[in-house]
Amino acid sequence: MKHIRTIIEKEWAEVFKNRLVVFTMIFMPLIFTLLPLVMLFFIGRGFGDMGGVNMADVPVEFLSVCGEDMTGGECMQIYIVNQFLLIFMMMPVIIPVTIAAYSIVGEKTTHSLEPLLATPITTMELLAGKGLAAALPAILIGWVSFGIFLAVLPLIGVSKVVINYIAGPTWLLAVLVAGPLMAIAAVNFALFVSSRVNDPRVAEQIASVLIVPILGLIFAQLAGVIVINVFVMLLFIGGMILVDIGMIYLGVDIFQREKILTRWK
Amino acid sequence: MIETKGLTKIFKIKKSPDIVAVKDLTLSVAEGEVFGFLGPNGAGKTTSVRMLTSLIAPTSGSAWVNGLEVGKEDQAIRRSVGILTESPGLYEQLSAWKNLGIYANLYDVEDVDGQVTKYLRMLDLWTRRDDPVGSFSKGMRQKLAIARALLHEPRVLFLDEPTSGLDPEAARLVREFIEALRGQGRTTFICTHNLNEADRLCDRIAIFKTRLIKIDTPLSLRRELFGRKVVFHLRVLDQAWLDPIRVLPGVIDIQSIDQKLVVSMDDPEKLNPQIIRILIDRGAAVQFVGELRHSLEDVYLQTIQDSQEAEVGS
Repeated sequence: MKHIRTIIEKEWAEVFKNRLVVFTMIFMPLIFTLLPLVMLFFIGRGFGDMGGVNMADVPVEFLSVCGEDMTGGECMQIYIVNQFLLIFMMMPVIIPVTIAAYSIVGEKTTHSLEPLLATPITTMELLAGKGLAAALPAILIGWVSFGIFLAVLPLIGVSKVVINYIAGPTWLLAVLVAGPLMAIAAVNFALFVSSRVNDPRVAEQIASVLIVPILGLIFAQLAGVIVINVFVMLLFIGGMILVDIGMIYLGVDIFQREKILTRWK
Repeated sequence: MIETKGLTKIFKIKKSPDIVAVKDLTLSVAEGEVFGFLGPNGAGKTTSVRMLTSLIAPTSGSAWVNGLEVGKEDQAIRRSVGILTESPGLYEQLSAWKNLGIYANLYDVEDVDGQVTKYLRMLDLWTRRDDPVGSFSKGMRQKLAIARALLHEPRVLFLDEPTSGLDPEAARLVREFIEALRGQGRTTFICTHNLNEADRLCDRIAIFKTRLIKIDTPLSLRRELFGRKVVFHLRVLDQAWLDPIRVLPGVIDIQSIDQKLVVSMDDPEKLNPQIIRILIDRGAAVQFVGELRHSLEDVYLQTIQDSQEAEVGS
């Protein structure tokens, strides 16, 4: 654990020295938090309590998510709000990818990787340290952003039924469990890319493809192909746990110290 | 302390011929010895050091460092050796203190603050301990990298080009520090192009180009390649004096250059008095007698040239 902690401290000391990186780490979640709040605010102003909307206006695939005691307007609000759920799941994926993608190839380019690999640190410790250093701040920022989002909802006139839904099991599982699991997978993928390329820019570009499956989820939900509810979320979490375990073992297995040191020039 | 037997490293590259970086390296370095590993660029010096520090695996052969076998006890080897890599590889945004602190923790040093303080003071970096390494001169960075290699007090130290790219003053500081390490009983394995440095620092040297060409003390290598030559400075030289000297047992060669006699011989301590007597008996005025020393550079260049000629011949 001492080695992992040392790597985390080292990574943070380097990352947080770069004000631009810190700024982007805070700016993007801020935008992602404000965007749904602004939309909800204007929806509330523009359509009142959506009293004119009835259950017939809500997409059929989504009706199962709404409770029997909900009005059509509330169900419609939950339908719209649910589109933002994936944004909060995306945050811990997008934020750490750039940091993780740079972490190995960056050390290659500054020649600091060889002395680091010459220490008794194991590959698992090195990757765990670098992965956690990238993922932990992103997960924390995701949670804080969600907390701010929840705290502001009553202030912009969102109904209590909708707030209760957002603070309910589907969203909590998504933000508190699924998001971090996705972050772990994303960071491992970025570290894998980082250890195989010779240029930090290439690593960041390849790692950015991670956004594609998330965008796919957003569009699938918008198109009514999937409806995110507790069951779907539990299935997703189960799948992500398996993906994470696989990614961690694969990452350690394919991290070949020798190739990294000798085939990068 | 360091022992290799037939150590070989072949890099296999897709769609390209294999690259033999190190071939059949067999050597032994004793405890406390300062050992120089000389060779041209691309000779395989860094690859050899990487194998001996368990950074890369040998293709064949075996090696032991500190009694630990390379390839089988890699983590223990990494824990027990210190390495100065070709490039310092420091974290430039972090302070000298932070840089050393990170490595002290990774090497499981018990008294992290104590060791970091000790080496920052020893290498005269204490007053700059809180400054980012990016603001350091090349010499200061190199000293910091040496400190990093010593934090865990390794018994074996590998230094890859320790004074490369340093100005003469910084190079001298680093060299003096390496000399000071000799007194601590550490085994030091130095890869270098700097032949003067190797001559000054090393107890023995190996001349290496993919394979081991020669290994011995600098003095023995000089004698092996060039013999021992003594120069007799005379006021006037008579060519007739050469013949009685040439026939002395132990004299290999004799040449006259201006008013000097240059005599190659096996044992100057025994032959010099005899030669001086012959010269004085014939009326020569011997002004000065001295041994002609070939530089290590001469030895190195001659060895590499012989090796190339042998390769072409075979």
